[in-house]
Amino acid sequence: MRFFEYEAREIVKRSGIPVTDFGFTTDAAEARTIAERIGGSTVIKSQVLTGGRMKAGGVKFADTPEEAQAHAADILELEINGQMPRGVLVDPKADVKQEYYAGVVWDGTAKKPVILFSDMGGIDIEDVAREHPAHVGRVHLSNILPLSDYQAKECIAQTGVTGKALQRLTPIVRKLAQLFVDNDMVLAEINPLAEMHDGSFIALDAHMDMESEARGRHKQLLKDLGVGDDETRMAREPTEFELAGEAVDNASHRGVAGNVTEFDGNIGLVIGAGGGSLTLFDAVRAHGGKPANYCEIGGNPSVEKACGLAKLVLQKPGVDKIAVMMSIVSNTRVDIVARGVIKACLELDMDPAEKIAIFRIPGAWEEEGFKILEKYGIEYADRSVSMHEAARRAVAKIAGPEAVTT
Amino acid sequence: MRRDAIFIGIEVDQGALDEHSELPAHLTQVCPVDIYRETEGALEIVAENIDECVLCGLCLDTEHLGVAVGAVKVIKLYDDCAVLGAE
Repeated sequence: MRFFEYEAREIVKRSGIPVTDFGFTTDAAEARTIAERIGGSTVIKSQVLTGGRMKAGGVKFADTPEEAQAHAADILELEINGQMPRGVLVDPKADVKQEYYAGVVWDGTAKKPVILFSDMGGIDIEDVAREHPAHVGRVHLSNILPLSDYQAKECIAQTGVTGKALQRLTPIVRKLAQLFVDNDMVLAEINPLAEMHDGSFIALDAHMDMESEARGRHKQLLKDLGVGDDETRMAREPTEFELAGEAVDNASHRGVAGNVTEFDGNIGLVIGAGGGSLTLFDAVRAHGGKPANYCEIGGNPSVEKACGLAKLVLQKPGVDKIAVMMSIVSNTRVDIVARGVIKACLELDMDPAEKIAIFRIPGAWEEEGFKILEKYGIEYADRSVSMHEAARRAVAKIAGPEAVTT
Repeated sequence: MRRDAIFIGIEVDQGALDEHSELPAHLTQVCPVDIYRETEGALEIVAENIDECVLCGLCLDTEHLGVAVGAVKVIKLYDDCAVLGAE
């Protein structure tokens, strides 16, 4: 769940990290009032959840409050990457000595947070890491042990920063790491973290992304920031296909058959159970397959729900066949899912044996499920076939044997 | 009375229904997926729910009502019309 810059800066401010005397408004006249309060030159920044603001004309500099108002009026009408701005942020124009980068992200491979620091701020950290790797420090954090200043200091020092700058940066980076942990963030980034000519440091821009599942744990923060319950704040708006998947899942309380994400591949997936979705999705890709979707099915959905999900995937343009696969062994009834996916084919006037490339769901009531699959001539696999092998067979059958890469 | 869906068929002996007025209410109460519905004392087999049958067999347990075993049949159409509980 992403935050607008003005919200991210408020979160940074609450954690005790110095920020500028910025203001947020949805009104151009108020932008002028904020600029008058700030005094001097200001920066007017569009508040959108997308990049490329500067290039699109969403960031402008003003030398007077009148100019700030005029820029705010323009920016409030400016659509950037399909998004109208939530408002504008009015910020003092800072006289910066040097720009740094400080961030904490979730490292999915190490399964723990990692602090990233660079003495080359103001540009994408990915570019710095690629072109100037010696200028990026990294220190992983424990998921259990409390944070310490030394971890932040070690990370900063990797970039060659020493002396007073190191001493002053350490508590800021440590507070950022604490903010990350306390607020269940998946990304907490200050870029640029500016060193002023008097030697002080201040956050000039911030990006925050909270784990969506953690929203319930941070109701007060979200309320304080004015984030509505209905605001998904995802990287993009859900597609019609994804909304239809949500409708399938919401149609009945029994089990799960949804959490659909649309991709542009040709392999329709009906996958799930205990982390199986992610594993199977990765397995399909590892074998060179191009999934048309991600989804999650499990927890014993009704036949109608499994049918609804399968119909949705089968009807997606570009999908020729579907692969129905679940985790190692599942408590979701095999026979019920089998009925659902076969029913979907029949209701769409499709041949289940032709449309279901592979059915690999071992677990509860599998003998009954296999009887159903045999009756309709569907290729199925029991638990003696691994998830990876099932994914390989699906790729070979749908995309052709030549498409299999491993 | 019999209704078939794609995978499951349900058959309830009409004689048992005529003889045991409490049978429709009982079936309505025990079925976890609402295959049976009692309407003004009569039994309706809800066609759209038949394939949701989880083969629990609760509707077959009618002896305590004095209904003969076999008065209610759950038929697995995908398994050569095997009758649940009679395999």
